[in-house]
Amino acid sequence: MITLAPRQGPVPGDWASPTHAETDVDRTDIEKLAELARIEITGATIDQVADSISDVLQLVEQLKSVDTEGVEPLAHPLDAVQRLRADSVTETDQREAFQALAPAAEAGLFLVPKVIE
Amino acid sequence: MHEQTIAELKRGLSSGAFSSEELTRHYLERIERLDDTYKSYITVTKEAALAQARAADAARAGGDAAPLCGIPIAHKDIFCTRGVRTSCGSKMLDNFVPPYSATAVEKLEQAGCVMLGKTNMDEFAMGSSNENSYYGEVKNPWHIDSVPGGSSGGSAACVAAQLAAAATGTDTGGSIRQPASHCGITGIKPTYGRVSRWGMVAFASSLDQGGVLARNAEDAALVLQQMAGFDNRDSTSIDRPVEDYCQNLHAGIEGTVVGVPGEYFGEGLDSAVGAAVEAAIEQFEALGARIKAIHLPHTRLAVPAYYIIAPAECSANLSRFDGVRYGYRCSDPQDLDDLYKRSRGEGFGEEVKRRILVGTYALSAGYYDAYYSQAQKVRRLIKQDFVDAFSDVDVIAGPVAPSPAFRFGAKSRDPVAMYLEDIYTVPVSLAGLPGLSLPCGLAAGKPVGLQLIGNYFDEARLLNMAHRFQQATDHHRQRAAGID
Amino acid sequence: MEWETVIGLEIHIQLSTRSKMFSGASIAFGAPPNTQASAVDLAMPGTLPVANERAFHHAVMFGLAVEAEIASTSVFERKNYFYPDLPKGYQTTQLQQPIVGRGHIDIQLADGSTRRVRIHHAHLEEDAGKSLHEDFHGMSGIDLNRAGTPLIEVVTEPDMRSAGEAVACARKLHAIATSLGICDGDMSQGSMRFDVNVSVRRQGQRQLGTRTETKNLNSFRFIEEAIALEVERQIELLEDGGEVVQETRLYNGETKTARPMRSKEEANDYRYFPCPDLLPVVLDQDYIDAIARELPELPDARRRRFAEQYQLSDYDAGILSGDAATAAFFEQVAATCKDPKQAANWVMGELTARLNTAELAIADSPISAPQLAGMIARLQDGSISSKMAKQVFEAMWNGEGDADTVIEKRGLRQVSDSAELEAMVDDVIARSAKQVDNYRSADPAKRPKMLGYFVGQIMKASKGQANPQAVNKILQKKLTPRD
Repeated sequence: MITLAPRQGPVPGDWASPTHAETDVDRTDIEKLAELARIEITGATIDQVADSISDVLQLVEQLKSVDTEGVEPLAHPLDAVQRLRADSVTETDQREAFQALAPAAEAGLFLVPKVIE
Repeated sequence: MHEQTIAELKRGLSSGAFSSEELTRHYLERIERLDDTYKSYITVTKEAALAQARAADAARAGGDAAPLCGIPIAHKDIFCTRGVRTSCGSKMLDNFVPPYSATAVEKLEQAGCVMLGKTNMDEFAMGSSNENSYYGEVKNPWHIDSVPGGSSGGSAACVAAQLAAAATGTDTGGSIRQPASHCGITGIKPTYGRVSRWGMVAFASSLDQGGVLARNAEDAALVLQQMAGFDNRDSTSIDRPVEDYCQNLHAGIEGTVVGVPGEYFGEGLDSAVGAAVEAAIEQFEALGARIKAIHLPHTRLAVPAYYIIAPAECSANLSRFDGVRYGYRCSDPQDLDDLYKRSRGEGFGEEVKRRILVGTYALSAGYYDAYYSQAQKVRRLIKQDFVDAFSDVDVIAGPVAPSPAFRFGAKSRDPVAMYLEDIYTVPVSLAGLPGLSLPCGLAAGKPVGLQLIGNYFDEARLLNMAHRFQQATDHHRQRAAGID
Repeated sequence: MEWETVIGLEIHIQLSTRSKMFSGASIAFGAPPNTQASAVDLAMPGTLPVANERAFHHAVMFGLAVEAEIASTSVFERKNYFYPDLPKGYQTTQLQQPIVGRGHIDIQLADGSTRRVRIHHAHLEEDAGKSLHEDFHGMSGIDLNRAGTPLIEVVTEPDMRSAGEAVACARKLHAIATSLGICDGDMSQGSMRFDVNVSVRRQGQRQLGTRTETKNLNSFRFIEEAIALEVERQIELLEDGGEVVQETRLYNGETKTARPMRSKEEANDYRYFPCPDLLPVVLDQDYIDAIARELPELPDARRRRFAEQYQLSDYDAGILSGDAATAAFFEQVAATCKDPKQAANWVMGELTARLNTAELAIADSPISAPQLAGMIARLQDGSISSKMAKQVFEAMWNGEGDADTVIEKRGLRQVSDSAELEAMVDDVIARSAKQVDNYRSADPAKRPKMLGYFVGQIMKASKGQANPQAVNKILQKKLTPRD
């Protein structure tokens, strides 16, 4: 028989806290996020999206209370550092192959609705 | 032929019992006949597969047989394949035919593999049930009403239904291990940086890792051997020789110390799953391993940390899908903003959009420190748990998922419930450690997976342990009813 | 009411590497659109960046040249925003841990004094592509050849107090970058681009006023004009009781007007975070030391050397040493003709004027340094007059060959032979009895002016070939009344 350490594992129910208050996002928040992410969210689904995102934010809320004083953020699991590439030209022109994938291209250019600076 | 493992197929091919063309035709015929049910493939590359098979046969006849010469496999549709549509399970890339191949695909091609097609998956690898695919949900061959797991659900289902000898997959938070567990096959996610990410459509760059789903540990070792290795096109790839995974496959495991984390056997764990996993651990003890209770105290923070880091990275990684250079573009864009918003709004599915918005929130002004930066610190705490544990043990064992495959729709309306599917796989991903899932019994008639977690670059040990287990048991030989 | 102008600069310097910051595509200028946009540059799915070593080398050179701290660890971050010339939807740049930390440069002011401009930091980043606004059925065309070109962005403190100072600072940075060879300095091709942050405050006020940023100025003249215009606008606004709004503005060098950018700046929230595809870059001290040892002569040192070695005024030395190509050109001319003063005059004068008019860089000058030196040598030995030199210069500019060829072909030889000249002088004197009498009876102080008539007659008689100095001497001798 295996003797296991005291059971204190994650319990799904733990996160189903009844109050969301702090992490609730509303329609305005979703509109702002959707604008930043350039994603159209239709009016009909916006409340549903707000609710599900509030749920996710509720889930991650507990991170805030963890004491991470003096802990370095982890960027690469092995704390590896960047290798640098020698400066040489290794690519050849593949415009034709790439632009065959483009929704709209002409005269070697990708076309988009007028760009206004 | 489809019942044979890769090791057996290699012998059959080299003895001339059958040709790769015959083998490939056989698999293609099975796919045609059975995959309407499972929907494990998005694209079947029949003609190209037969051409590759004939080339493999010719190479073999010429005395030039690569290690996996003529073995038919499938690639998750997240790996770019030159000239073959790579959709990533998304409407966004429904028309995307890359003019280049992923390193992993190239390496397996050089090893002689025949590509049967591209497997179904959760859109952009986001999901744990394969319900998020633009191409429809994949059915679990064991239980047609249940999910196969995700995101590499198509790869898991096609191997379980014997529609390919093995398949590639990717794992960001459990996407190889969890579907392997739910479909009763063996899956390995190697150490982060072991398999090149070049040509693998990115979900969360610091977590994504390619790997293998196969019938058993030996097959997984044979395929991973060819897939792994340093790639100078991937800055996060590790420049370190690949161990010989097959050489030590049969070695005894006496004296190996297996750590069992109490945190992986908590309240959320289905009791039948727990029982199967505990029995498997006892089996290791019977094989001569020493079992040791350990602690991984930050386990409960893994899912929250993951659901900040992965969405944050994905929110930036998926910005390139903007309807300008490739992929879906909405019809009649009124202006540039409209082009972006509708192309992305219409091209992405619900879960992908949700994660992009969560990631956008976590990175937006005023939240970076509280969310992303804090999650990366917690990530170091989680990694440190493992580092500490591996000073005492050689390998860590526990469940893959808290419960067996659930029914379609059971969690799809509740993202958080779905995310908690990953509680035992996500910590390993955050730490960048190798993890292997192997079948260890059934719960309510559905497969249960045992997770073996290794130290960095200890894939050979995981495969050796799994192989020894499979030599002593026959859980991995169990097949779903109806798979002939 | 007296107003004080406060200016800070942000300078984008394109690095002279062969390949891009994160891909192996060429950065050569002028290729047909999108032929130098690789899969990485197009942000094709699954592609990954690998950083270019030479870009770091160049950034470290720059950092050392401005006496800045070089970060042993620097980190790339993603700056997220959507724009069609930004294929990934984020720019890979550095924010929290840039490669170059605090430094400074010294600029020479018009009054001869020196001002120190502090560099806040300089970071490595990738350039964006270009949107071409020609009409394609109401659409814009996107060329991504430039996307991924390595840049360093230099950010100064707001240490400048006039447009002139800002231009001096810009010129100094241009001089440093070109002297280091890290940038070709060709501003017409966008190799260096300037953003100016301008605010005004009442004299004596400590708090800075609200600033605006005018972006993408690609000539020193535009910097000066754009600042002058903006300062005027802000002062007028404030004096009328209005307020300056913090905004990004665009200056049009053709119409000499500026306007706010139409894109919604206020909505920007760039959501910076460390790029997970790129790891921290760690440079060891040996790497940095090796670059320090190979650092070429910098503009300040060169200016001091020019003033001393060539006996040039501080001003001339400053101009000639400012730009590496100009400095090299000048030094070659001076060495060949062995007359640094003339070399300086011709390089700074005629040559610079012609190059400016033709919008050519000195490297593309139709007259080479040896050609110019050859012409100066003929001027020196009296073979040609300075008036002839201008003709020779013109001919050389038009590709008619070097000085001797032009002189030969056009028969531009100057007559300096005294016997020949004396005969001409005698002839003129003989034909101009009245003028000779006037001259001789005039007040000696007024005589030099009266000499002009005779010189003119002789030049006319000689078809411009007489050496005016020699003619002058002979005339004076012959016209002076004999006692």
